[in-house]
Amino acid sequence: MSLYIVQKFFYDANRSAEIQQRYRDAGATRQALIAEYELTEDERRAIAEGDIGMLYVLGCNGQLLMHFAGLLGVPWADYLESMREGVRKYGPVRAGIYAMTTSTNDKVTGV
Amino acid sequence: MSLVFAGVCSHAPGITGRPHLAEPAARDAFFEEFNRMGEQMRAAKPDAVIVIAAEHFANFFMNNMPAYAVGMADSYEGPIEDPKWLGIEKHKVPGNAELSLRLIKEVMKTVDVSYAEEWKFDHGIMVPLNFLTPSYDYDIIPVNINCQGPPLTPLHRAKAFGEALRRACDSVPERIALIGTGGISHWPATPDSGKVNEPWDVEFMTRWCANDMDGMLSYGDEETYEEAGQGGFEIRTYIAVAAAARGKGSILHCKPIPIFAVSCTAATMALE
Repeated sequence: MSLYIVQKFFYDANRSAEIQQRYRDAGATRQALIAEYELTEDERRAIAEGDIGMLYVLGCNGQLLMHFAGLLGVPWADYLESMREGVRKYGPVRAGIYAMTTSTNDKVTGV
Repeated sequence: MSLVFAGVCSHAPGITGRPHLAEPAARDAFFEEFNRMGEQMRAAKPDAVIVIAAEHFANFFMNNMPAYAVGMADSYEGPIEDPKWLGIEKHKVPGNAELSLRLIKEVMKTVDVSYAEEWKFDHGIMVPLNFLTPSYDYDIIPVNINCQGPPLTPLHRAKAFGEALRRACDSVPERIALIGTGGISHWPATPDSGKVNEPWDVEFMTRWCANDMDGMLSYGDEETYEEAGQGGFEIRTYIAVAAAARGKGSILHCKPIPIFAVSCTAATMALE
């Protein structure tokens, strides 16, 4: 239901150094930031913990998610693997246009 | 004057962000042709460069998503991405609000466009500029076709938009270069990143080079998603350029480089 709001958070974060800093500050500052968005418990947890796999499975557009990975300091290969791990753990992508078409064991570019 | 140059190119962020991971010979061959495209464009002595990109939520989001948007500012900033991640430093890129205004007014006679007096360039524009105007000394007019947040504009409207841009370019005294960026088949920012449907790309570019408009407009979004991924929706920018240029295309480079996630493309089109 609130995939739109999850993606809105990433859109806002991508455009605002202040939001990025509040996220990086972690702890209560991060929680307060996330509380400004009307999210389900799963979504809130996934954003707070940087659970890329869950966010990918929820249907987040990869163009937004890859910048969240950047904010988390996750290197490219780990970002790709986090999404595969999400599909292993939570099942196929549930919404959006960024579903996986390869298998969780494939490494298309070798990473 | 009018339109003086037209071309299309890839804009994948890996091109500048992950060059060290690419096979060096393949990468260098592509960069050489991308740079050559830039030389050809600059040799046409444009006063301004219109870059039709398919942006990725740097400026436009599903709260108010324009099908078509044109920038109307005297300067822009970019990249919005982390410069280290993209491999491109932050720049203030010159624009020309007054020229944008004249172009937009002409386009609006046939196609409803949004205009934007603020615009943060993302890799969709910054990666091409890195090769085409590496000194960031040309006035850029950013244009966006929504290829990310469905519902997307139908392909025949991308053609109509390209035709309107041509009419607009021909209506101003300035010399204008037109660049479309994106595609062709790719599955960016997913675990599939690096997957490319090369035969699909070859077929699309064959149609593009022939300016076979019926052939280009025959791709349905469902079929494109299936065969060319969500990145394939960006053929809209190529179709708009073909509709504006009207001539035949020449490919400088179109080969997959998996770590860059696309068939790395640089192509020009004759003006008729």
